[in-house]
Amino acid sequence: MNLKEKLITSFLAFESNLGTNTETDFHDIRSKAFQHFEQNGFPTRKDEEWKYTSLKSLLNHDYSLFPKTETAIEFKDVKKYFLNEIESYRIVFIDGVYSSFLSDTTHGNYDICLLSAALKKPKYKMVIDHYFNTIASKKESITSLNTAFSNEGAYIQIPKNTIVPKPIQIMYFSTGSEAQIMLQPRNLIIVGENSHVQIVERHQSINNNVVLSNSVSEIFAKKRAIIDYYKIQNDQITSSLIDNTYVQQQQQSIVSVNTFSFGGNLTRNNLEFYQEGEHITSNLNGITIIGDKQLVDNHTLVNHKFPNCESHELYKGIYADSSTGVFNGKVIVEKEAQKTNAFQQNNNILIDDNASVNAKPQLEIFADDVKCSHGCTIGQLDDNALFYMQSRGIPKKEANALLLYAFANDTLEKIKIPELKTRITKLIAAKLGVDLGFEI
Amino acid sequence: MLEIKNLHARVEDKDILKGINLSVKAGEVHAIMGPNGSGKSTLSSVIAGKEEYEVTEGEVFLNNENLEDLSPEDRAHKGIFMSFQYPVEIPGVSVTNFIKTAINETRKANGKEELSAKDMLHKIRETAALLEIDRKFLSRSLNEGFSGGEKKRNEIFQMAMLEPKLAILDETDSGLDIDALKIVANGVNKLKSKDNAVIIITHYQRLLDYIVPDFVHVLHNGKIVKSGGKELAHELEDKGYDWLK
Repeated sequence: MNLKEKLITSFLAFESNLGTNTETDFHDIRSKAFQHFEQNGFPTRKDEEWKYTSLKSLLNHDYSLFPKTETAIEFKDVKKYFLNEIESYRIVFIDGVYSSFLSDTTHGNYDICLLSAALKKPKYKMVIDHYFNTIASKKESITSLNTAFSNEGAYIQIPKNTIVPKPIQIMYFSTGSEAQIMLQPRNLIIVGENSHVQIVERHQSINNNVVLSNSVSEIFAKKRAIIDYYKIQNDQITSSLIDNTYVQQQQQSIVSVNTFSFGGNLTRNNLEFYQEGEHITSNLNGITIIGDKQLVDNHTLVNHKFPNCESHELYKGIYADSSTGVFNGKVIVEKEAQKTNAFQQNNNILIDDNASVNAKPQLEIFADDVKCSHGCTIGQLDDNALFYMQSRGIPKKEANALLLYAFANDTLEKIKIPELKTRITKLIAAKLGVDLGFEI
Repeated sequence: MLEIKNLHARVEDKDILKGINLSVKAGEVHAIMGPNGSGKSTLSSVIAGKEEYEVTEGEVFLNNENLEDLSPEDRAHKGIFMSFQYPVEIPGVSVTNFIKTAINETRKANGKEELSAKDMLHKIRETAALLEIDRKFLSRSLNEGFSGGEKKRNEIFQMAMLEPKLAILDETDSGLDIDALKIVANGVNKLKSKDNAVIIITHYQRLLDYIVPDFVHVLHNGKIVKSGGKELAHELEDKGYDWLK
């Protein structure tokens, strides 16, 4: 039985296991999504949006779909994956199951908790009815698959005029208690007017079992809200991640999504921004540093619908060995969206002859009074710069690393949490295989 | 200190140096002058070990050691420093961090302990004061957004920090206004000693008003066509290069 068939036969059992009333709206949402997936199946390279990224090798595993019990992990074993230098809220899942032991949630002035609980409580019904599955793609079958099996994930609801004083960490661990596991995390995040929140999301396997995570996040920024979102993708080489993130912004809001991709086997990021008001700023930043046979695919969309908005997109990649990078940056400026400022930049360095990058900027501009630019480079390290550093006594290997670090640097500048910036810098140094010799 | 014997070098199948002979002793300042395209910058790059240049004949010795097969960093560790005509910008790496790395790598290669943070800071402050460099400048990203003068001053700062045996200043005067030129020259003069040597590569004579050379050599078409004392620089300033061709 292939994976699609297995998912199809499991759907009824999944819903009845939830023990929810099948009369509810969620049942309708799940069923519709399920039908969509059933009709379309997993995307293949025949789909234009999946031309350079094949899921085929991921679908041959006999994944366990619904681990029933929580596998205990000691905090000391996973401590290093948390940003533990500072206070934070934590929403932690182990093999898809919520871990109250590792989590630190709240229902105080705001809700930082789990989706499964929110789905069941009448208190949240209005909110969820209003937001859940409203911006997630209805065309992407992989997103529909997640919607069909959606039940667990982070639920964050911040009322208006609230600054959440510490970052929120969303952690998805997998343990290897199931040899092969497929996870379908689902996050719903609503940030009220004038509110500000910082979120760090990470998917992490703690040993080398085969993991396929198909994650969907819906993020809503109300008027003047500020959201800084960080995705740390540094998983084991046996883990793959399909991350679908949908962002809807109201007027004057600022949302930044920063994606750091260093690990994993295959990583596909679908990141879509929908602007629903004036004077909105959307920031999309990414740095990819991979080697081996790793693949990272960043598919982004920014949809400018209203006048006087901005988007700033900067993706950088460093590819070694036989790794592959994909960048597809779509920017739509609708007819009404005059005075749009949309900037997109994608710079790549190929370290080895077998590494490759497929880059595709896609600008569709229907307004006439706009400033839009895009640039894409694929190159190698500058020999002159290398010689300069060597002539100062810095050995070639360190000089290389320092130059690559310098190349990646402007994406690091966007990190607003200093401890996280230090972390990422160290990850990069480790990934480049050198000791930079100083703290950045 | 530096002995160059019958040096021939080419880049991309083009012969540029066609038999250079030069001997530089400790405590000396040599100026190498010549028109554009005469091979001045190639000579400095070959001494510093740039890989694109292929030495086809002849040898370069530093303190009796043949430099052939030594990487640029090895040469730096042995005391060669070249100030670049066009220093490279390195965003995200501060002047201070860059020089720290350079110094400690050099010390490591010479079997010395890394400099303590305190000693490093002291040395940085002392050198910055000598070259009239503002402290804020040191925390900026290396050469990023620097003016021409700032870049050159930063090169001399690095030179002063690294204390090389042989310093090659490649067109250090280009892009400098007269005040910056004086500061740079003053820095070089203060660092000069009986134990080190300086080679100044320049198109013009004006830097030589401030750093007075012991010897002046004229490079033309890949060869040294004339050598003399400091008065030769003035002669070139008056007559140009044509009379030597």
